[in-house]
Amino acid sequence: MADIRNNFVGIKSPNPFWLASAPPTDKAYNVIRAFKAGWGGVVWKTLGEEGPPVVNVNGPRYGAIWGADRRLLGLNNIELITDRDLQVNLREIKQVKKDWPDRAIVVSLMVPCVEESWKAILPVVEETEADGIELNFGCPHGMSERGMGAAVGQVPEYIEMVVRWCKANTRMPVITKLTPNITDVRKPARAALAGGTDAVSLINTINSITGVDLDSFAPQPTIDGKGSHGGYCGPAVKPIAMNMVAEIARDPETHGLPISGIGGITTWRDAAEFMALGAGNVQVCTAAMTYGFKIVQEMIAGLENWMDEKGHASLDDIIGRATPNVTDWQYLNLNYVAKAHIDQDACIKCGRCHIACEDTSHQAITNMVDGVRHFEVIEAECVGCNLCVNVCPVENCITMEPLAAGVMDQRTGKPVSPVYANWTTHPNNPMAKVAAE
Amino acid sequence: MPEGQFKDGIAGGRLPADQYAENFSDLHPPLDHHEALVESDRCYFCYDAPCMNACPTSIDIPLFIRQISTGNPIGSAKTIFDQNILGGMCARVCPTETLCEEVCVREVAEGKPVQIGRLQRYATDVAMAEHKQFYPRAESTGKSIAVVGAGPAGLAAAHRLARHGHEVTILEARPKAGGLNEYGIAAYKSIDNFAQAEVDYVTGIGGIDIQNGKALGRDYQLSDLIRNYDAVFLGMGLGGVNALRAEGEDADGVTNAVEFIAELRQASDLASLPVGRRVVVIGGGMTAIDAAVQSKLLGAEEVTICYRRGQEHMNASEFEQDLAAANGVTIRHWLQPKRVIVENGKVSGIELEYTAMNGDKLVGTGERLTLTADQVFKAIGQSFVLAALNGSGASIELEAGRIKVDAEGRTSLANVWAGGDCIFGGDDLTVSAVAQGRDAAESINRSLTQG
Repeated sequence: MADIRNNFVGIKSPNPFWLASAPPTDKAYNVIRAFKAGWGGVVWKTLGEEGPPVVNVNGPRYGAIWGADRRLLGLNNIELITDRDLQVNLREIKQVKKDWPDRAIVVSLMVPCVEESWKAILPVVEETEADGIELNFGCPHGMSERGMGAAVGQVPEYIEMVVRWCKANTRMPVITKLTPNITDVRKPARAALAGGTDAVSLINTINSITGVDLDSFAPQPTIDGKGSHGGYCGPAVKPIAMNMVAEIARDPETHGLPISGIGGITTWRDAAEFMALGAGNVQVCTAAMTYGFKIVQEMIAGLENWMDEKGHASLDDIIGRATPNVTDWQYLNLNYVAKAHIDQDACIKCGRCHIACEDTSHQAITNMVDGVRHFEVIEAECVGCNLCVNVCPVENCITMEPLAAGVMDQRTGKPVSPVYANWTTHPNNPMAKVAAE
Repeated sequence: MPEGQFKDGIAGGRLPADQYAENFSDLHPPLDHHEALVESDRCYFCYDAPCMNACPTSIDIPLFIRQISTGNPIGSAKTIFDQNILGGMCARVCPTETLCEEVCVREVAEGKPVQIGRLQRYATDVAMAEHKQFYPRAESTGKSIAVVGAGPAGLAAAHRLARHGHEVTILEARPKAGGLNEYGIAAYKSIDNFAQAEVDYVTGIGGIDIQNGKALGRDYQLSDLIRNYDAVFLGMGLGGVNALRAEGEDADGVTNAVEFIAELRQASDLASLPVGRRVVVIGGGMTAIDAAVQSKLLGAEEVTICYRRGQEHMNASEFEQDLAAANGVTIRHWLQPKRVIVENGKVSGIELEYTAMNGDKLVGTGERLTLTADQVFKAIGQSFVLAALNGSGASIELEAGRIKVDAEGRTSLANVWAGGDCIFGGDDLTVSAVAQGRDAAESINRSLTQG
């Protein structure tokens, strides 16, 4: 049986599935329910400094987009950090940690960007015996207007500075949560590392407007006729998050820096993908907010089953396994040739592959052969782009089949070369590195 | 003396009074808004969609379904009506299981097609509830056209002609317009007087004058129409009923299924409608099923359909056969009627002969079977009544007993077009009649406007 116990920067949890700092972790009631359901840990919803708590809007906090059958694909929110009293939160954190010692409790923090504020909050959190802190440099709405959250996360120098304050003022492990609302995620990650962070977690939510009410012409979610950009999350952001995780994992400067992966994780498979790209564990929010805490049971069983099937004994066997395979475009093998192949027995003849290829791509799929509706790849036209695979409603009906070396590529009229060759040496590349004479 | 269901002979009131409404409620209840959205999400928006090609009126089905899914049912209805102005009735009566839904790729993939018929009903219901008329009439052409028959073919032709700016007069023999939609379809397929609502919707475009009680050959001649109108469209359907060619078929208790169905549709009180305790229906098409199922729903104890060929030869779709079975109708195959048994002037049974194929010829085996029956319905097809066209000048060319038309619906007579069941090649489907009426109207329009 695969061992899925997790040790993330010294914080131990029975599985790698944590709930992210968000509404589901705002109070003991929810967190206890989550632990009962099986979650390995939580990042307690962001605490602010002592004093009157922040206030939230009293209208809609969430907006969404949906796929077929109203499956929630993307969620956005304009909720701020916890609007509960600091002392209440601290008391609950302490009690829950005491009652659930085997689960991870990390406390998310966001206070003004001055050292005194951080110096004030760190000891009171430490006193709860929580396992660590997460610095919320990601929230893109509301708090960023007050110089906190993403406003800090968008300035690498601030990140480094605050991380350094925290490391200097607490024994707790520090996880720095990054915002995706930047141009190059490696810069804030490097800054966090320079400040001494123990780990980074990403991504926080993405600036977004989920919709516009076409009667009132107001953005959604709409509060009294107005809307504000909120943080976008859920399955729709997963590809963006995975790229950012991989960029940090493979950056020579930050390689090896522990990463807690966040962004649209809904199933065990999503989690395994994040970990393969270099995440040491994962945090989940939208999936729980959509389906409830029970989904963790599918995640645990699915991950264990897959690891058993593939012979992976522990999480260390999978973490970072895909990282070396993430590379720059310029290093992709241009001599690799694949062609689409349509399994005629599986084909239901919807014709979507044909029309996608015909209208928008390479005219490489028939729709009629000898007067009969028939969809077949014309190899001489197929560039192997994979669009047909992506639009086909039947899984594995269309597959990309690599051509073996030596086989004639009917499109180019040349045999497939067995030699790896990329853009850096390609004759069409004006910057090509000429082989030494 | 047994009463109700077990009363011998042909009698009404076989069921508790409140049972009738339930028995004759909507066969396919409409999809509500949520159901329509869920179902429309299932459509793959196929290229050159098989469903569209299977539709005799070529409705752009993927497009109308996509319009439903994007919250545009009105646009969806227009997509439907562009091709088929009787899309509301077709949504109810089309044998979708042998047309669009049979070839739906999800039928291929999962054995569960997108419910195209019910989605079509959803969209057309929305538009008709709003009395949304999509088609402004073109400027008047000053041309007038006579349409014989206010059935699906005639209504579709009339609507298209009116759109083009022509003035249309429909001459209908029966007291109401609608044709088989009004008189010839099982009640549970068209509840709430939908056929008349649809006639009103179609004629809502303007320029269509329906004159009821005007029968061709009785009240006027084809030659009158040719003389008085710029063009004529014949869509009078089939007036005759095929004979059983069985001894005693004129006996009291032997009824034409189409008449029974029409009477049922027009009945103001179903409870008073008489039906036999033991009913035998001879035939294998939709009419046989409609008569049999409705007999059962009226309270007949025992209903048997006897068809002279095998199950695979039946014109009734598999869905219709299943519907009959689900309603307790027994379908028996390879039996042909030989003699209606009459006692005291009334039907008491029917003697049938087993049949078999001898090469490609159907023959009786000689073996006989007698079924007890107090009512026998004839549902072995209808025939074109030529007499109405006789004596009206130049005779119209026929093919296999029906009017011969070319690909555009032109008959052998100049300025006379035809469509629907009365033409050769008609397939007894509302939707085909609509296509033929529509296409003939386009041909008429071309002919009248291009000289």
